[in-house]
Amino acid sequence: MPYRFVDHTADVAFELEGRSLEDLFLSAADATLATMVENPEDIVPRERKRLILESKEPDLLLLNFLQELIYYKDAESLFLRPSEVKISQTDDGWRLEGTLEGETIDPRRHRTLADVKAVTLHGLQVHPTPKGWCGFVLLDV
Amino acid sequence: MAVTTPFQRIGETVWEIPTSYKTGMRVPARIIATEKLLQSMDAAVVDQITNVATIPGIVGYAYCMPDGHSGYGFPIGGVAATDPSQGGVVSPGGIGFDINCGMRLVRTNLTLEEVQPRIEKLMDTLFQLVPAGVGSRGALKVDRQEFCEILEQGAPWCVRRRGLGWMEDLERTEEGGCLAGADAGKVSRKALDRGVDQVGTLGSGNHYLEVQVMRPENILDAKLAAAFGLSIPNQIVVMFHCGSRGFGHQVATDYLQLFLSVMEHKYSIKILDRELACAPLESPEGRDYFAAMKCALNMAFANRQVILHHVREAFERVFGKSAEDLGLHMVYDVSHNTAKLERHLWDGTERTLLVHRKGATRAFAPGMEDLPNVYRHVGQPVIIGGSMETGSYLLVGVPEGASTFFSTAHGSGRTMSRAKARKLYRGDKLRRDMEHRGIYIRAVSMAGLAEEAGGAYKNIDDVVEATTLAGISRPVVRFVPIGNIKG
Repeated sequence: MPYRFVDHTADVAFELEGRSLEDLFLSAADATLATMVENPEDIVPRERKRLILESKEPDLLLLNFLQELIYYKDAESLFLRPSEVKISQTDDGWRLEGTLEGETIDPRRHRTLADVKAVTLHGLQVHPTPKGWCGFVLLDV
Repeated sequence: MAVTTPFQRIGETVWEIPTSYKTGMRVPARIIATEKLLQSMDAAVVDQITNVATIPGIVGYAYCMPDGHSGYGFPIGGVAATDPSQGGVVSPGGIGFDINCGMRLVRTNLTLEEVQPRIEKLMDTLFQLVPAGVGSRGALKVDRQEFCEILEQGAPWCVRRRGLGWMEDLERTEEGGCLAGADAGKVSRKALDRGVDQVGTLGSGNHYLEVQVMRPENILDAKLAAAFGLSIPNQIVVMFHCGSRGFGHQVATDYLQLFLSVMEHKYSIKILDRELACAPLESPEGRDYFAAMKCALNMAFANRQVILHHVREAFERVFGKSAEDLGLHMVYDVSHNTAKLERHLWDGTERTLLVHRKGATRAFAPGMEDLPNVYRHVGQPVIIGGSMETGSYLLVGVPEGASTFFSTAHGSGRTMSRAKARKLYRGDKLRRDMEHRGIYIRAVSMAGLAEEAGGAYKNIDDVVEATTLAGISRPVVRFVPIGNIKG
């Protein structure tokens, strides 16, 4: 299971697994979207945004990546999903290049759930494992 | 949570955890709660509040209010005062992502008898005029320059520049609806992008707008209620709960990361939880965050001011009279996610302290200077919201509240995860059940409504009883909902 929601009283938390870091990040995006909308599969890729992000640590890279989804939800009323993600190590840390695709939020077609405020630092983790990578994210809703 | 060690019971409602409990604690922690509420708190509250007790410059105690539950960094219900003159820090986690999430209460001169026959039309009109839900846009259109003016001028901008409210509204808002010292130059482009179209929106989750009734048997202090303009049996009021929207959330996100990057190497501060990232208030980063945080505080006051304007519009449309004739006067507006510089007497000395309240409400006593003239002799109104099924309270600050830097609870507090609530409750069934009980709901999301079921929250009566027993606020009126809007 690429992501699994974990019981949390006030907010939304999920654990992640992935063979690659890219898989992990894609799963985290799916979990974040599933927090905001009941039917993310109905998001039509009408618009596209390119992303380039850099962070010293992979967990902060993940935070900043998910924050982009939250940003576009508010700034442009867009539900976006990553269609491709490429992550590489640099001299200073980590770099992500990717593409987000989606459309304007439409309450008639998108069954909205929680309005995610932010990705928190609480328990935020991204770790290598023998099988790939694992992670944990807590979203403030 | 088991009521055993590490607590030392100080009074009926004060549970102290000594500094010996955890390495690095500078002050003891105190949980303010009845034994029943303490037992219902999750164990992470102890871990979090004792972490808060380690922050540099903390004064007195690290407090958790009766409605406390686990958050991140600070628990929800956390209160901590730091002394800036002693290297005291400001911690964005002690305010929360939703900076100036708060409550506004508005009275009317209408009774239940007059409103009940039109409740559906009223709620439909409010739902139409007050945008709610994920991705919603406000009806107030402002350009970037105007949005920056709102960030620095707060609710007064809405009243003076666009006529969205009455001058008296500002007097009945904490800080007059604007904190001086806000600097729009200290917020990021992303924060501006997220917020510019959201002024006058409710949000979602536990944010709501409720039409409520004050039944005669729920007037707990008639004299104080009358001082707040509440004296008509079955008087109808409106209460709403929302904050600084995406703008405030981004400000908090931006500065948490900035503080993390400078905290250790520049200020030699080590903390036990990254969400407690902080910097001395008297540092360039601390001052910048404070100026940006004030922008978010002001934006939230403006947000609630615009919503109040829409509430008045809705009542005018439905009842065919002016808002003035309908008596739609504000009672008060309080913030429950904030940090303010306040003068407090502690250990015999008057000091300027930065009081962080995260899911906690200021509750100033009668006579205190920062109260509006109209309430100075009675004390500060405190608005504590319950679940959509149970009701809410208006309370007042009391002199004994000095024990917690005049802070009290803010709401019911959740007892159940959102996922579990969605499994246990169905939104459409909940809505029908509540309508049978006389509470008319309009919601953007049925699944979101299920998450807000009354069974997912603590009993508000228990929380208010605890604040009364603890001497940190006193109940005046209990309100019961008859209509609710959720995002």
